[in-house]
Amino acid sequence: MILSPAFTPQVAAIAALGGGLIGLSAALLLCGQGRILGVSGIVGRLFSASSKDTDWRVVFLVGVGVGAIVLGLVSPDRVAVVGWAPLGQLAVAGLLVGYGTQLGNGCTSGHGVCGLARRSPRSLAATLTFMGTAAAVVFTLNQLKGA
Amino acid sequence: MRKLVVSFVSGVLFAVGLGLAGMTQPSKVLGFLDFFGIWDPTLAVVMGSALAVDVVAFAWILKRKQPVADTTWHLPARTRIDAALLTGAALFGLGWGLSGVCPGPALVSLTTLKAQPLTFGVAMLAGMGAYHAVEAVRRKVATSSNPSTLQGHGAI
Repeated sequence: MILSPAFTPQVAAIAALGGGLIGLSAALLLCGQGRILGVSGIVGRLFSASSKDTDWRVVFLVGVGVGAIVLGLVSPDRVAVVGWAPLGQLAVAGLLVGYGTQLGNGCTSGHGVCGLARRSPRSLAATLTFMGTAAAVVFTLNQLKGA
Repeated sequence: MRKLVVSFVSGVLFAVGLGLAGMTQPSKVLGFLDFFGIWDPTLAVVMGSALAVDVVAFAWILKRKQPVADTTWHLPARTRIDAALLTGAALFGLGWGLSGVCPGPALVSLTTLKAQPLTFGVAMLAGMGAYHAVEAVRRKVATSSNPSTLQGHGAI
């Protein structure tokens, strides 16, 4: 393993600040509403006919949109679309992410941050599984590219 | 109303945090997942600092009788590590590794209205919709054949 030159002390400091804000947003949602900040659950439940509490989900998503637009105005490169995969690959990936997060009840925010913070064994198992699988995909793609 | 203010502010902070942290750049995510190549630990710092805040904050918050703007907690009830959890997480990991994009950053990037996030976002919503459509049929079949076998697969 070689450490990436893109990881500078300045990058690390801003990443720590950003992570702190993510932590704060999840703490706020739990403290205020008693809810877990899991993006795939917040969005996915909008598709579930049995859930009646759609108002706060929609408002949360509006907040994400407003935050993203404001950040884009202040610091455009933070939300710039750079280095994304080809569209066909993104379509397959999106389907997998959408279906998988519903079947597995969570993604990076719900399992990776909130679940681990609650010391949930389910979330630890999920996080190790999706990180391990994703790392295996990246390794394989890099081998194919190198070959 | 207070509840919705909490939702909104939480959404704003979440989006700004993700963007500041560089998590909307697939190269940062893929660089973290490349453990055997040129490794970029940025994502570990982001998750680590979010966790540092929430391990302390959650323990403190959950000592309360109820949330500030609601009457009950809405926490995931299930504790069993089952096949659905692991299969779902593995499928999510496949998609995450193929793209370097997970649901939170996907929503942030959607605001650019560029073709890449739009493609990913529409496919992600289709995948979520497909799951819940199948689940709705499964529930209907389960209730009509034997009402007592109804089991839910609620997401977080």
